[in-house]
Amino acid sequence: MVALGRALKEVENQTPLGYEIIKHTVTKKGNAHVVGVTGPPGVGKSTLTGKLCRFWADMGLSVGVICVDPTSPFKGGALLGDRIRMQELAKLPNVFIKSLATRGNVGGIAASTGDIVQVMDAFGKDIIIVETVGVGQVEFDVMDVADTVVLVTVPGLGDTIQTLKAGIMEVAAVYVVNQADRPGADESVSDLQMMIEESAASTWKPSVLKTVAIDNDGTEQLLDEVERHKEYLKETCLWVGNRRERNIKQLFKVIQNSFKQQLNEYIETNGELQKLVSQVGEGKLDPHSAAEDIIANLIRKTPLGGN
Amino acid sequence: MSRPIKVVMAKLGLDIHWRGAVAVSRMLRDEGMEVVYLGNQFPEQIVNAAVQEGADVVGLSTLGGNHNSLGPKVVELLRKKGLEDILVLMGGVIPPEDIPALKEKGIAAVFGPESKIVDIASFIRGKVS
Repeated sequence: MVALGRALKEVENQTPLGYEIIKHTVTKKGNAHVVGVTGPPGVGKSTLTGKLCRFWADMGLSVGVICVDPTSPFKGGALLGDRIRMQELAKLPNVFIKSLATRGNVGGIAASTGDIVQVMDAFGKDIIIVETVGVGQVEFDVMDVADTVVLVTVPGLGDTIQTLKAGIMEVAAVYVVNQADRPGADESVSDLQMMIEESAASTWKPSVLKTVAIDNDGTEQLLDEVERHKEYLKETCLWVGNRRERNIKQLFKVIQNSFKQQLNEYIETNGELQKLVSQVGEGKLDPHSAAEDIIANLIRKTPLGGN
Repeated sequence: MSRPIKVVMAKLGLDIHWRGAVAVSRMLRDEGMEVVYLGNQFPEQIVNAAVQEGADVVGLSTLGGNHNSLGPKVVELLRKKGLEDILVLMGGVIPPEDIPALKEKGIAAVFGPESKIVDIASFIRGKVS
């Protein structure tokens, strides 16, 4: 546990040693079932995650949990409060919980989440649960790290039209109406069911489940449904196909982030480019022309492996 | 240090007076730190959480009189795991005469009532590098 803790600390902080660890674990990943739990703030994601984790841990599986909470846009700090909902897990030796702050990332998870998943996977976790920050309508990056996405909602978050909107409503393999002992649960379920009926583009038909996570009501059915989705992925070869797509998507994400960083540094330290920047600032030059110039200046093709 | 400092904050043992620990967590958050709040936990679980979270600092809050026994226990367990580099701080209501013994056993500092958050934060920054 200490070795994994130390490794994840390096990866989380994107240190040179962290990159070495990512390099050396890349071929060892691919066995763990990665389950994403997402939904608006306060719907019970952490509580539900805790219950799911408990089931799997009691079966003797090794479980990794990654909980993401938001970083302050003002001070850069964060209060990571998901563990408080999972206190019953603290004594289980086969559960490893890592809390991450978003550190400026906006897609519902931290930028390092994919790498953390990889390292946990390489360390032999059977199941990895990724719990996102409380999300709105467009934070669906969890689908880029998870095999099975569970969307958690609660009764009373709007009418049928809300379930028909694009974005977060489209990404789940399982829908959960938690806190289902509150009024309006059945309406929420039928709204979601209608949405699923009308969008039956895939061979997987998501279920809509009712849970009261805090009482452990309906959580076993959720577990079964998540397992059923895993079987489906394996049978249809999507297990492998989706991972290949995710790996490539991750490459492009890394390229973009790294490019952005290098570009900013380059522009800031290059006097000639700074002239262009100030011309744009004064309104003498339009941003499109300046950008074209700057990018053309930056990109000089070098052979692969040549830098 | 450019990355945020990570703090694991816990209520020590069964002492339920959580308000202070939550207030300090929030204030350290506003000092730019990442604070993982555990709620009530015993030393073994606190140390496991510190390992998993990659903590730089462990903050222990107690107003329940268990500081002499459970506080040093956290330091001892961290040392057993080879994690003596993690800073262990205590806060809450701790009689001044107990503080020297706590420090001798590896508690880096004790912050009682009326402590200023800037002092706590700058103490942490000075020690974590």
